Amino acid sequence: MKFDLQKWINEGRLKSPWVVHFNCGSCNGCDIEILDCLTPVHDVERFGIINVGNPKQADVLLVSGTVNHRNKTALKNIYDQMQHPKAVIAIGSCGLSGGIFYDAYNVVGGVDKVIPVDVYVPGCPPKPEQIIDAVLVALGKLKASLEKSDEAPGQETAPAAGEQPAA
Amino acid sequence: MTRSIIPFGPQHPVLPEPLHLKLTVEDETVVEAIPALGYVHRGLEGLAQRRDYHQMIYVVERVCGICSCIHAMCYCNAIEKLMGLEVPRRAKYLRVIWSELHRVHSHLLWLGLFADAFGFESLFMNLWKIRERVMDINEATAGNRVIVSTNIIGGVRRDISEDWLKQILKDITEIEQQLKPMFDVMTNDYTIKKRTVGKGVLSKELCHQLGAAGPTLRGSGWAQDVRQLKYEAFDELDFEPVVEYDGDCYSRNKVRFRETFQSLEIVRQAINRIPSGELAVKPKGNPDGEIAFRVEQPRGELFYYVKCNGGKNPERVRIRTPTFANIPPLLAMLPGAQLADVPVLALSIDPCISCTER
Amino acid sequence: MMLDASTISLDGVRNSAKEMFDEGWRFVTQTVVDLGDEGFDILFHYDKDLAETHYRARVPKGTVVPSISGIYFAALLVENENRDLFGLEYDGLVLDFNRTLYLEESGDPMTAPFCKITTFINPNAKTEA
Repeated sequence: MKFDLQKWINEGRLKSPWVVHFNCGSCNGCDIEILDCLTPVHDVERFGIINVGNPKQADVLLVSGTVNHRNKTALKNIYDQMQHPKAVIAIGSCGLSGGIFYDAYNVVGGVDKVIPVDVYVPGCPPKPEQIIDAVLVALGKLKASLEKSDEAPGQETAPAAGEQPAA
Repeated sequence: MTRSIIPFGPQHPVLPEPLHLKLTVEDETVVEAIPALGYVHRGLEGLAQRRDYHQMIYVVERVCGICSCIHAMCYCNAIEKLMGLEVPRRAKYLRVIWSELHRVHSHLLWLGLFADAFGFESLFMNLWKIRERVMDINEATAGNRVIVSTNIIGGVRRDISEDWLKQILKDITEIEQQLKPMFDVMTNDYTIKKRTVGKGVLSKELCHQLGAAGPTLRGSGWAQDVRQLKYEAFDELDFEPVVEYDGDCYSRNKVRFRETFQSLEIVRQAINRIPSGELAVKPKGNPDGEIAFRVEQPRGELFYYVKCNGGKNPERVRIRTPTFANIPPLLAMLPGAQLADVPVLALSIDPCISCTER
Repeated sequence: MMLDASTISLDGVRNSAKEMFDEGWRFVTQTVVDLGDEGFDILFHYDKDLAETHYRARVPKGTVVPSISGIYFAALLVENENRDLFGLEYDGLVLDFNRTLYLEESGDPMTAPFCKITTFINPNAKTEA
C-alpha cells in the first residue's frame, strides 16, 4: 500500500488544530474566556487544540472585538500570514457586528468587514463551552474544504500552502 | 555597540492584549521605550452624547471586561451623587460583594498570567483553576460569568438569596485554603524570586511623581487605597491598605496576592453584616451638574468625570483608568532592563489596554 | 452641582502645576470639555493623600495650551490624547505623537469628531470662538 503523505497531514490537521488568538479592540471579556478554555476546568487540549503565538503555524484564527482603523491592518497581516487551509472564528457581539460600539467614531464594524469569517459566536462574552464548540464547527468546515480539494479532478494534492482559494 | 529597535507587540504570546512598545536596545539592554497605543481605541467616551444616562451604564461596563462591575459602580455613584439619590444599604453591600469578587478574579487572572510570563505553567493552571470558582459564583448570582451587569442608577438589579450568601461564604473559605499554598510558592520559589526581586525598581518618590496608581503605588511604599474614602459600604467594613516597600516586581506581585486574601475577607465581612431591605430607589428626572468620582479598581485608582446638563444624555464622561496612569512608570522602569525581562516588567503593572484606550 | 475647582488663566497653567509638584501632589489627569462656542474647559486634577484639588482653565478654541508634561511626565499621554480627540495644540510636549496616538494618519484626524468638536487648528482658518 502506498503511503499517502497528504492524507496523513490532513488527518493531523483535523485531529490537532492549532489556534492563534488576536484581540482587536475587545474589552477583554472575550479574551479571558478564550484563555479560560486552556485552563484545567475546560481544558481544550483534550481535543488537541493548542494555542500558539505564531500565525504561520496556526490553522484557526480566533478574533475577539471590534475592528478599528488602526488594527485592521494588523488583523489583515495576521490573516495573510496564515497558511491554507485556514478558518476564522469571530467571537463576541463586537466581533460579529461592532456590538455596543457600532456607532463609535473609531469603529469599522465586525471582523467580516476585513477578513472572511467562517464561524460566528454570539454572546457578550460567550461562554468557554461555546468557543470550544465553535472551534469544532470550524474543523468541520476545514474537513469539508480538504475533502473537496482531494476529490477535485485534475488536482493531485491539496492546495499548496499559501495558495489563495478560488473566490 | 549597535542600537536597534525591536517592536514588542501588538500580537505577542505573553500578552492577551495588543500593547505595542518600540524598544530601542543596545545589545540586550533596553535604553528607551516608546509606547504605541490605539489598537483598541473605540471612542467610547464619545458615545456618551448618543446614549442616555441609563444606557451609558452598559457602555462603561464594556470599557474593560475584567473589572466591568467596578466601572459601572463608579459611574452609577457619580450619577447618584448628581441626582441626590440615597442608595439603600443592602444595595451598597451587594455592590461591595460583587466588586470584591471581581477584584479576586482579576488578581488571580493577573497572577496566573504573570506566572506564565516566566514560564511557570503549572502555577498558571492552578491559579486559573481556583479562579473558576469565582466565575461560577458570578454566574450563579448574576447570570453572566464576566460582565455581571447588576448595577443600575439607584441601586442593584437583583438580590443574592440567603442560601447563596451562605454558599459564597463556604466557597471563599475553600478558595482561601487552596490559595495559601500558592502564596508560599509565589513568594518563596527560587525561580520566581530570581526573575522578580530587584527587577523594575521604582523608588517611592519617582513612583508618586509619575502618577502611579494602585498596586504599583502601594508596592513602592505608599499606603493609598481609594477604598479608604469610604464609598459604598466601606465605611462599615474593616480593612487596611496592603503595602510593600521594595518597589520591584516582587513587591507588586506580593501586594496583589495579599490583596486577594484581603478582598476575600471583605466579602466575608460584607456577607456577615449585610442588612435586609430595598434593592433600589427609582431615579426621578435627569442629572444636572458636574462631578469627579474615584473608586479603587483591581489595577488602581479609577477616576470618572461626569458632566450633565439636565438633558437625558450626559454631556461629557471622562474616564481615567489606572493603566493609563501606570504607563509612565512603566516607561521609567524599562530603560536599563534586559530584553528578556521586558515581558515581566510590562506585566508587573497589570496592563489593561482596553481600559487605557477606551 | 459644579465641581469645586479654582479658575486659572492660561499663563497660570504651568505655574500652578509647578506649585502642586513642589508641594508633592500626584497628577491624576486632565479633562477637556467642549463648550461649543465658548471654547474648551481644561480641568487639571491632582491628588494628595486621597484629597483632591481641581483647577479649571477656560480657553477659546484655537489657542495653544502650555504643556505641563515637562513638569509632570505623567501628563504626556493625556495631552497627546487631547491633541488627538479635540484638536488641541500644546506647546512644549516632551513626546509628541503628532495626532497619531489613537487615530490613523490616513483617517484624517481633523474630521474625526469627538464630542461636539467644531473646530480644528489651522493657522489660516478663522476660529469659531
